[in-house]
Amino acid sequence: MLKELIELIKIHFKEFFREPGIIFWAILFPILMAWGLGTAFTKKGELIRTVAYVEQANTDSDNGPSFITALLSKTKVNENGLFTATFGNDKLGITTYKFVPSNWDEAIIKLKRGEVNLILDHRKDSLEYHFDPLNPEAQLAYLQLHGLINQQDLSNDEASIQPLTQIGTRYIDFLVPGLMALNVMMSCMWGIGYSLIDKRMKKLLRRMVATPMRKSSFLIAQFISRVTLSGLEAVLLVVFTMLYFDIEIQGNIGALILLFVSGNMAFTGIAILVSSRTSNTQVGNGLINAVVMPMMILSGVFFSYRNFPDWTVSIIEKFPLTLLADNLRSIFIEGAGLAQVLVPTVILAGLGVITFSVGLRIYKWY
Amino acid sequence: MNNQKEIIIAVEQVKKYFKEVKAVDGIDLKIHAGEYVALLGPNGAGKTTLVEMIEGIQQPNHGKISIKGKNWKHHQDELHRIIGLSLQETRFIDKLSVLETLNLFAGFYGLSKGKVSEILDLVNLEEKKKTWVVNLSGGQRQRLALGIALLNDPEILLLDEPTTGLDPTARREVWDILMKLKNERNTTMILTTHYMEEASYLCEKIVIMHSGKILAQGTLDELLSKHVKGEAIDFALDRSISKDDLPKTEKVIKIDYDEDNLNGEIIVEDLVSYLPKFLDVVKQNNLNLTSLECRKMTLDDLFISMTGRHLND
Repeated sequence: MLKELIELIKIHFKEFFREPGIIFWAILFPILMAWGLGTAFTKKGELIRTVAYVEQANTDSDNGPSFITALLSKTKVNENGLFTATFGNDKLGITTYKFVPSNWDEAIIKLKRGEVNLILDHRKDSLEYHFDPLNPEAQLAYLQLHGLINQQDLSNDEASIQPLTQIGTRYIDFLVPGLMALNVMMSCMWGIGYSLIDKRMKKLLRRMVATPMRKSSFLIAQFISRVTLSGLEAVLLVVFTMLYFDIEIQGNIGALILLFVSGNMAFTGIAILVSSRTSNTQVGNGLINAVVMPMMILSGVFFSYRNFPDWTVSIIEKFPLTLLADNLRSIFIEGAGLAQVLVPTVILAGLGVITFSVGLRIYKWY
Repeated sequence: MNNQKEIIIAVEQVKKYFKEVKAVDGIDLKIHAGEYVALLGPNGAGKTTLVEMIEGIQQPNHGKISIKGKNWKHHQDELHRIIGLSLQETRFIDKLSVLETLNLFAGFYGLSKGKVSEILDLVNLEEKKKTWVVNLSGGQRQRLALGIALLNDPEILLLDEPTTGLDPTARREVWDILMKLKNERNTTMILTTHYMEEASYLCEKIVIMHSGKILAQGTLDELLSKHVKGEAIDFALDRSISKDDLPKTEKVIKIDYDEDNLNGEIIVEDLVSYLPKFLDVVKQNNLNLTSLECRKMTLDDLFISMTGRHLND
């Protein structure tokens, strides 16, 4: 019946807007996250990197410190008396290396703490570079310094470098659709899943079903209010990033809305299934985390999952959050239309209908 | 009195077991139209389980419950419409006001706003209608729960410990509402409680439960005259006296005396003839009475005589 549905939707909105904490975490926090991450990874400023160098004690001091002289000819000395070397240009961003003299033990501690990621060790006849080869920053430092010492500058070939700064190829363009998908998942899983378990624990659920209220309208009201709220969250996120970072939605808006709604259907269904039995909020907490955490980490919200081993990628691709994030992203930055996202839209909606029906069937109301 | 003949709720041989525990262990109960019935017993007696089975929230393992000839399996919607209930310790949504909470439940029954304000008036929450549930006192919350139970003008009202945890004034307010209902409508009510005063004040029929079984049922007078005899003298003294020194006549039913705490209880058939003898003993021994109370036997005495426990244990 419509009247009960409207009343139920109304209370969800009231519950939401009367809790200042929820408004902050649901609306402001994602925007702050987009701002923080977007600023950190999109606008490349001047970077300063510290490198430790170790002059072995038994170096023949009569011949002078050959390492330092070798370097000195290329570097400057800053106001603190440290040698520095600067690379890069406006297109690449500028990186300045600062050379700090250390003994070996100190240098290792600095490396462990992450204060330096490369140690130059000057032995009698050779110069050794110590760094973690899996760390791309350290590797870049090695290449640049090695080039410097061997008189070849790798970075100043300006003519051949074309930086990708056009809209759609930056980190923020990758991030926003991912955050939107993440928001949908979090909002449904916690907003519906957790609050249902809480209502069961308070015996409110059993009080409500002891009236002629329809169980399905109770759950449908959860979906309608949730899709509205996460829609609002998404609009605010997109509007903010449009204004601040000039992001664009290159694809079809209708397809975007459809996909967004079916993503909400999927996660509403999952939330109802997850919350269908337990009346203990701590168990509920664990259950929801068990669903949410793997997807949050693996589904390519913050960075691409393509760098994971091949066999995992084929699994990750099938997660609902991956489906949602990847296809939102293809609408945002690849200009996809309805035809391209139709299959995942139907899959997500179908997943929602199935999990909803199973959840409703096994639901513990009392 | 004619309509009281109609049996509204019939419970037949109902049993409910949870693993090893026999929560309800073979109960038969008939409740007539317009009756107020109290299920009286200590915690764990099986009152809530029995009421929840009548409410359709739990299913019996054995036996049958019919309400106006209908049962939960086949007539769920109809029964929801004629029953009003309040559960033990329901917590409503913290940040909804009294009015909003009532409107929500009114929506489930398809009721108008007029009904809601009538209920606000009935449970005396008109002034608190804009207050959030989280800011209500215990008594106000119980009255809200009662208001929700009354929204659909239920023929049958099932209340699970509606006054537990309330102070005497708040309890009295709930009682007044229920008495008003009894006088103005022909509502049938089952109420669970472990307060004998509540059972005897509100209900003409009292069902005493213990360990999932009915110990005794009837009106207050029936129960007392049938199951307990005599009157009680409760006293306390300033110095010790031997139990053997207390007067013994053939009219004495029982003497309890606690020499450490200097207090005791004597149950006698005839108070008027016994009391002077008791006072003589006190006088002869140069004792002082620090308290003395003579009273009729109560449901609690009945319960102790049957189970060895107090109702409030």
